[in-house]
Amino acid sequence: MAKELTTQGRSDVTRGREDAERTAMTFTPAVDILAQGDVTVILADMPGVAPEDVDVTLERQHLALKGRIRPHAPEGYRRFSSEYREGDYLRVFTLSDEVDEKQIKAEFRHGVLRLELPRATHAKPKKISVKAA
Amino acid sequence: MFETAFAPFGAADPVAEMRRMQGAMNRLFDGVSVPDRPATYPPVNFWTGSDSVVMTAELPGLAEDDIELTVKNTMLSIRGTYPEAKEGENTVWHRRERPAGSFSRSVELPFRIDPDRIEARFTNGVLTVEMQRPEEDKPKRIAIKTS
Repeated sequence: MAKELTTQGRSDVTRGREDAERTAMTFTPAVDILAQGDVTVILADMPGVAPEDVDVTLERQHLALKGRIRPHAPEGYRRFSSEYREGDYLRVFTLSDEVDEKQIKAEFRHGVLRLELPRATHAKPKKISVKAA
Repeated sequence: MFETAFAPFGAADPVAEMRRMQGAMNRLFDGVSVPDRPATYPPVNFWTGSDSVVMTAELPGLAEDDIELTVKNTMLSIRGTYPEAKEGENTVWHRRERPAGSFSRSVELPFRIDPDRIEARFTNGVLTVEMQRPEEDKPKRIAIKTS
C-alpha cells in the first residue's frame, strides 16, 4: 500500500536553500498505516509542530510528510536536562495504489497528522461480467 | 558565585540537587523494564528558572483529558492512556509504530512546589508544566545593619 522511501544524505538536501542555516535535527515520525476498505489512513506523530507548519506533498506516487518545528524555550529559563530532542520531521512513502488526489483528507490534531487517501476510482478492480455464448 | 571543591552551598543549589535526584531516580528504575517500551516513559525535558521549574513532555495523540497530572510533596506524576485506534471489521494494519496503551511516570523535583500555582498546558502534543516554589520556601535576603 505505502512503501517507505528513505531519503539519501543529510537533511539539507531535502530543505530549501533559505533553510540551510537552520540547525534543527530531522526525525522520522512514528507512523501507523492502516487500510479501511478503499481508504488508506496514515497517522504520523509530530509533537511540537503547529498545524500551519505541516506540509504534505504528493508528487506522482511519492507522498512526503514534513513538519517544521519552532523551537520553544520557556522564557527566562535555562535548559537543565534533556531526555528527548526537538526537531523537524520528514518521512516519504511511495504509494502503490493510485490515489484520488481530490479526495485526500488531512487533519492535524494534538501533534498527530491524519491522512486519508482514498483509492482512485479507476484503480479499483472492475468486475467483468462474462456472457454465456 | 564561587566554585569550591567543598560546594558549601551544594545542598541549597536546586540545580545540583536536581541532577543528583535525577541520577538517583534513573538508577532506581534502571532494573525495571517493560518489553518494547523504555522503562521511563514519557521522556521529559527540564528547564530551570530562579524559583521555578518547567517540565515538558511529548505526548502526541493524547487529549488534555487523557493526561493525569498529580503532585505530592516533591513528586510529580504523569499518567495517561493513549486512545484506542478505531478499528472497523475490514481494517488491515500495515504499520504500527505509534505508542499505545497506558503509561505512568513519577519525577522527583528539586524543591517543594506550590500546588496552587502549577500551570499545565498542552499544545500540539507537547505537555508543558510550570511549577513555582512556595513563597515561604524561597531564600530570603537578610539586610545587614551597620553598627
